[in-house]
Amino acid sequence: MVAALGTLRELAHALEAGTCSAHELVRQSLERAEALEPALGAYLGLRAEAALREAEEADRRRARGAPRSPLDGIPVAVKDNLAIRGEPLSCGSRILRGYVSPFTSTAVAHLERAGLVVVGRTNLDEFAMGSSTEHSCAGPTRNPFDPERTPGGSSGGSAAAVATGSVPAALGSDTGGSVRQPASFCGVVGLKPTYGRVSRLGLVAFASSLDQVGVLARSAEDAALLLGVVAGHDPADSTSLPQPVPDYAAALSGDVSGLRIGIPKEYFPEQGGNAAVFERVRAAVAELVSAGAREVTVSLPHTRHAIATYYLICTAEASSNLARYDGVRYGHRSPRARTLAEMYRRTRSEGFGAEVKRRILLGTFVLSAGYFDAYYRKAQQVRTLIRRDFERAFEHCDLIATPTTPEPAFRLGERERDPVSMYLSDIYTVSVNLAGLPAISVPCGEVGGLPVGLQLIAPPLGEPEVLRAADAYQRRTDWHRRRPAEAA
Amino acid sequence: MDAPGITLEDLRRLADLARLELGDGEATALAADLARILGFVRQLQELDTAGVPPTAHVMELATPLREDEPDAPLPPEEAIRNAPAHEGTAFLVPQVLDSDEA
Repeated sequence: MVAALGTLRELAHALEAGTCSAHELVRQSLERAEALEPALGAYLGLRAEAALREAEEADRRRARGAPRSPLDGIPVAVKDNLAIRGEPLSCGSRILRGYVSPFTSTAVAHLERAGLVVVGRTNLDEFAMGSSTEHSCAGPTRNPFDPERTPGGSSGGSAAAVATGSVPAALGSDTGGSVRQPASFCGVVGLKPTYGRVSRLGLVAFASSLDQVGVLARSAEDAALLLGVVAGHDPADSTSLPQPVPDYAAALSGDVSGLRIGIPKEYFPEQGGNAAVFERVRAAVAELVSAGAREVTVSLPHTRHAIATYYLICTAEASSNLARYDGVRYGHRSPRARTLAEMYRRTRSEGFGAEVKRRILLGTFVLSAGYFDAYYRKAQQVRTLIRRDFERAFEHCDLIATPTTPEPAFRLGERERDPVSMYLSDIYTVSVNLAGLPAISVPCGEVGGLPVGLQLIAPPLGEPEVLRAADAYQRRTDWHRRRPAEAA
Repeated sequence: MDAPGITLEDLRRLADLARLELGDGEATALAADLARILGFVRQLQELDTAGVPPTAHVMELATPLREDEPDAPLPPEEAIRNAPAHEGTAFLVPQVLDSDEA
């Protein structure tokens, strides 16, 4: 099999030095993806012809001394809920079968502007609703470390693609942990930026007050490079942040002296979860402490209510956002309908999978007359309490460290029949979305041969701080350099 | 308040609101799922949230304003290209009223 691709930084150096061409890199990426694909299921589609053509254009730009950026010509993958003009956009759903996007999402437009070449669209839980990439109409993605296990989700395809080295980095989206949890399960870095840091234009909406585009990569340095490409204000997204984008890579000084790392006592329970996971995470914090950081205990008292709050809010928003799939303007339309009303019902029933229907129904329930105050409004109030928890904790620390997930990757099918147990795998990630904060998952060890992730959380716009700490950790350890055996 | 049980009748009403048509087996399974999820989220009722303002959105931004400048819209021919059925640049749909009602 062709070799795994290196990091963004390594590939940028190689292109700069002229030791390889963009065309060679993209061909290597496509060949590796195709060789791994039958067993892995990371991609929903490869853009072989277009990607090779774009790589040739990148080579010509570089030959005349005018690359679009140091990353010009490097292959990347994109989760299939981000629109790319002229390409299918499926969201892993039957209801978008045959849909071809008429425009390009802002995040992907930023990739193109920097010359990065999108080689493929990656698998996901349908409409990004899930934690295992099992809820995709195309079938599951498998965990590169154990094919009987899930890669996590919903950005499981992006995480598996990066872990197996068919691309050095990929875009995902994170509504309740959908970048960080699969990053943790697949042994790669996953960064969810501050809400609004990356434009959501052209990111198919799931829960609009929580959705955020994120990056998956092999190292914190690569995550910094890619975030720098996609972040920024977008006049076409009124929730995107106007603050200028800092040079994230320049923030990676390796220096964490004096950094106060908060350990939320509620995230390290005496019982429950996997004790070995907590031990790895504590060892990672100890590593940062030995590099000069200071550990402080903080409290996030409403943590245990985060999952319930999250699932009430995200389903309410989803039930509203997914009303647009009605068979009129695009996507699947049931051929078995006599009237318009029948067409709506049959189209949606045939087009949506079980988890999406479950969430639409729950969201419809919590927004319906008589239940709105007790469920939806209540959840919004608890969301305020969760935000305040973080504000208070950050009076005593600069970053908060937690496990990304309470356990390593679970088995395929293990939680499919029990939605609540599936939802509980998001226990350490959803609060961050409810509070709109930036957070990263960094590989910090293995349990039973499966990767474990350290999550670092910062106050709003603290991306430079989480990246600096993550990079400092990676300068001192080599967990991020491990690859699954078959992909080595 | 107690989490309500979800009867099949409740579920049919919700499905109707959400424009979903559910088979009998599907409806029974979903009613059980919803009951279980509602049982789980009921824990929020133990929290006293009197006087706590709801968070609809984390960014306390004022609605940003911009100049109203004309821009090129998506051409109708392109917008219609994904339509399951169309005539010219109009979307075609099945009859709106049931003929019995008309």
